[in-house]
Amino acid sequence: MAHAAVMQPPPKREVGADVYNEKLGMWVFLGSEVMFFTALIGSYIILRFGNPDAWTAPGAILNIPITAVNTFLLICSSMTMVKAFAAAQDGDQQRLKLYLVATVLIGATFVGVQAYEYTQLVHHGFVPSGYLVGGELAERAAAGELPASVGIYGSTFYTMTGFHGFHVTMGVLCMIFVTWKAFRGKYTATDHRGVEVIGLYWHFVDLVWIILFTIVYLI
Amino acid sequence: MATAAVPLDEATHAGSHEISFIRKYIFSTDHKIIGIQFMLMSLIFLLVGGILAAMIRWQLGFPNTSMPGGGILPETMAPGGILLPEFYNSLVTMHGTIMVFFAIMPLLVGVYGNYLIPLKLGAPDMAFPRLNMASFWVAVPAGILMMAGFFVEGGHAAAGWTVYAPLSADPEWTGVSTGQQLWLLSLAVLGLSSILGATNYITTVVNMRAPGMTWFRMPLSIWALFVTSILVLLAIPILSGAAIMLFFDQTIGTHFFDALDGGQPLLWQHLFWYFGHPEVYILILPAMGFVSDIIANASRKPIFGYHSMVYAIIAIGFLGWVVWGHHMFQSGMNPTLGTTFMISTLFIAVPSAIKTFNWMGTMWRGNIRFHVPMLHATAFVAMFVIGGLSGVFMASNTFDIYIHDTYFIVAHIHYVLFGGSLFAIFGAITFWYPKMFGRMMNPFWGKVHFVLTFIFFNLAFFPMHSLGVAGHMRRIYDPTQYEFLQPLQPVNTFISISVFLLVLSQLPFALNFILSWFNGAKAPDNPWDDNGLEWSVPSPPPHGNFKETPTVYRGAYEFSSPLVEEDFLPQNKKLDSDPEPAQAAGH
Amino acid sequence: MSWILPPSASSFAERIDFIYYLILVITGIAFVVVEAGLIWFMIKYRARPGRKAQYTHGNAKAEVIWTAVPAVTVVVIGVLSGAVWKDVKGRNSVPPNAITYGVTAQQFEWHFAYAGPDAQLGTADDFSVRNQLHVPVNRPVELRMSSEDVIHSFFVNAFRVKQDIVPGMETVVWFEATETGDFQIACAELCGLGHYRMGATVTVHSQEDYGRWLDEQMTTTALR
Repeated sequence: MAHAAVMQPPPKREVGADVYNEKLGMWVFLGSEVMFFTALIGSYIILRFGNPDAWTAPGAILNIPITAVNTFLLICSSMTMVKAFAAAQDGDQQRLKLYLVATVLIGATFVGVQAYEYTQLVHHGFVPSGYLVGGELAERAAAGELPASVGIYGSTFYTMTGFHGFHVTMGVLCMIFVTWKAFRGKYTATDHRGVEVIGLYWHFVDLVWIILFTIVYLI
Repeated sequence: MATAAVPLDEATHAGSHEISFIRKYIFSTDHKIIGIQFMLMSLIFLLVGGILAAMIRWQLGFPNTSMPGGGILPETMAPGGILLPEFYNSLVTMHGTIMVFFAIMPLLVGVYGNYLIPLKLGAPDMAFPRLNMASFWVAVPAGILMMAGFFVEGGHAAAGWTVYAPLSADPEWTGVSTGQQLWLLSLAVLGLSSILGATNYITTVVNMRAPGMTWFRMPLSIWALFVTSILVLLAIPILSGAAIMLFFDQTIGTHFFDALDGGQPLLWQHLFWYFGHPEVYILILPAMGFVSDIIANASRKPIFGYHSMVYAIIAIGFLGWVVWGHHMFQSGMNPTLGTTFMISTLFIAVPSAIKTFNWMGTMWRGNIRFHVPMLHATAFVAMFVIGGLSGVFMASNTFDIYIHDTYFIVAHIHYVLFGGSLFAIFGAITFWYPKMFGRMMNPFWGKVHFVLTFIFFNLAFFPMHSLGVAGHMRRIYDPTQYEFLQPLQPVNTFISISVFLLVLSQLPFALNFILSWFNGAKAPDNPWDDNGLEWSVPSPPPHGNFKETPTVYRGAYEFSSPLVEEDFLPQNKKLDSDPEPAQAAGH
Repeated sequence: MSWILPPSASSFAERIDFIYYLILVITGIAFVVVEAGLIWFMIKYRARPGRKAQYTHGNAKAEVIWTAVPAVTVVVIGVLSGAVWKDVKGRNSVPPNAITYGVTAQQFEWHFAYAGPDAQLGTADDFSVRNQLHVPVNRPVELRMSSEDVIHSFFVNAFRVKQDIVPGMETVVWFEATETGDFQIACAELCGLGHYRMGATVTVHSQEDYGRWLDEQMTTTALR
């Protein structure tokens, strides 16, 4: 990957789809990602229908306001990504760099807020196996304010949001690489494949989050 | 990854200057070297899987006696050479796992997906050569993780290759913790390798075809590998997701499959088989593709019904997604679903029949040369018919009540995976060996290997049907525990001896493979008089494959065409009557 | 080597066996036709000098035939199987006059629960016997099964009965024994290192013997 520097305009292909390899490859890879999240979300739906009592009302355990802000941030980062791509198309190096840096920063903030959210939840006594023994939430459950057991709730919550966070983290790392290349002036108005391809991934991860936020936090 | 924008014709540039040994043979980006790397790795795993099978059969054929050479195993596996039941369960689990994930699947997809796709399509390399290298070097640690499980405390995974929860989810039930966790990690890592590979294959097939190579001029091997890659791409992430959930159940105390705390054991089975049935077709479709190529070549005839062969591949690939419930007829799943899944399952017989009859139609009025690849290909058809027909018994949910989890299913899967896939693999290895290594394999020892393998395969696995019909359960350590199985013990012993001979029969193949590499006769460019583009370049092909991009004028199966004197007509041979391909062909 | 099913001893076994023999005949014919054709082609069309293969790309009519014939055949098999399945394993297949027993499976043994004097299962006077199921002949029997630990599978060869037992849910299976005597119960789903010896016995009594056995058990239970 280190010397993937010599960018050329995509050669014309006589047979094949009207997309260059990197873009097609990313679409194909995203097909695989869709199935991965389908497995997680499908399991979540089946488990939740099978045992609705393990879920609480929205907001009883999870902190919705802070996550709503975080969701807003991620949507903003999709906006800056769009702007970055538009700048790349125009060959506007200054704006390209600006918006890429903004996307990296917002993405990193999202991961940071999620890490903070996790520490808060663990602090209150909500962990992947359910209530933390002796934790604050366990006491409230004992008092009858919360479901007796939220084991499966914790399992699905941490697995789904955790894997999404992992995907954002990977995206941020790749985005840093793209930004670094942008600063070295590697993207031109005619060839900016890296920007477009990372953009596809970024929008996908954003879309997954909107689904997750809806079904995990709001419903 | 997304940003690794590789210059598209990097491969051809790379060939123009000297590259170090390590870059050329170890961390190579050449699809041909990567194919050979996958081949060596998976052949080693094939050997390991075979040895595990022989140990299983020792216990079944000669229960509770000391296994010859078993003394070298530690006390925790086989004290005094007598296998322990917990070790037996590990053997069953690991034989299945290694054969499916580390032998057959990489042999079909990793080796020939890599080797054939660019060569047969007229491309200089894969779409993403470095991603291709990564996919091999991710598979290696997966293999190491899998083998490491044999050496950890508590032994290796022992819940079957299907790792049904909750047996696999809680160490309390099997006494295995680290082994099972390594198993799950290994498969998640291997899954990443497969997904990277599939992404590469699909992009290459769609975008890298030479001018004139339209969709319906592609060889059936490439069609099969293409549809297989789509199945890999979409099925493997389901397994990865499920494996990760089970891993979390084992390690951080989640409850996905734990009935005591809101989890659902049947969820594992649904996820596993939703992946698992497409996986079954991942293991057979490429084999069908290779066999189609070989049969047409050996019969010196165009493949019979090329278009319906393509549609049958697509139909099988599609049906693979809607039949997973037939693994779960007796699982406690809603019985009405059982009937739905039976109907969809039975319909797989239709495309399978089309393929079988079209292979026979190809041989009909042919001029069949029985070279070693063709012997294996014919055996494939003959054995696949048995495996396919025995599948009908289990597709019937009613009779499945009786034969579910018996030796009937063991017979069925081995007729499809060994009689089917592995014979096709032997056919493919012997067919493309000259191209891959630049040397011919010895045909005499090839025939010896074929005859011995064919005989002992059938002696080993055909009697298993009758065990199943008698109600012999699978995965049991000692059949003599049950009165109604005791009369079957001579059959078990007979099967075991056949399996030992079957394993020994692979010796001529192994020697032929290794010795021909160094001492075989030099292979010409086109030893089998075939039409594929791979035969138009030297054996082995140079880095970058083609001096100049070939132009394709016809399909891959123009044998015995009246247009030419000889009985084959290469895809890239221009006749006066051929128009230049339209610039936008293939759409 | 035998293709004959072992003797059966339950009411629906014959219908299940019929499906088997039906498929055996159909696939047997297909097997002979295909393999014989294959061998015939191998011999007849082997390469000989001076011959050239016929240049043909297929035959639409032939392909339609060998698409349609298997399609019709599998539909027939499907319909016949589905009818038996409905009566053996379908949603409301348990006959109304069935006697109910409780089955609890655990590594590596079976516990069979019988209704006590009140003839109701799930009450305090139930009694339970380890690894022994006693049932009357010619009377439908319903088993309500649950697992203490992992998945097991209840399998009686002679009755053509098999049903997985999944922790966290109750699975139900029924059968009607038609012959008296002892039959073997086996676990058919890998359940751990003792899976291979997780056997039990089902004893089918005549109506009178069953009553006697039940009385005996209830007396000893009452004495305890």
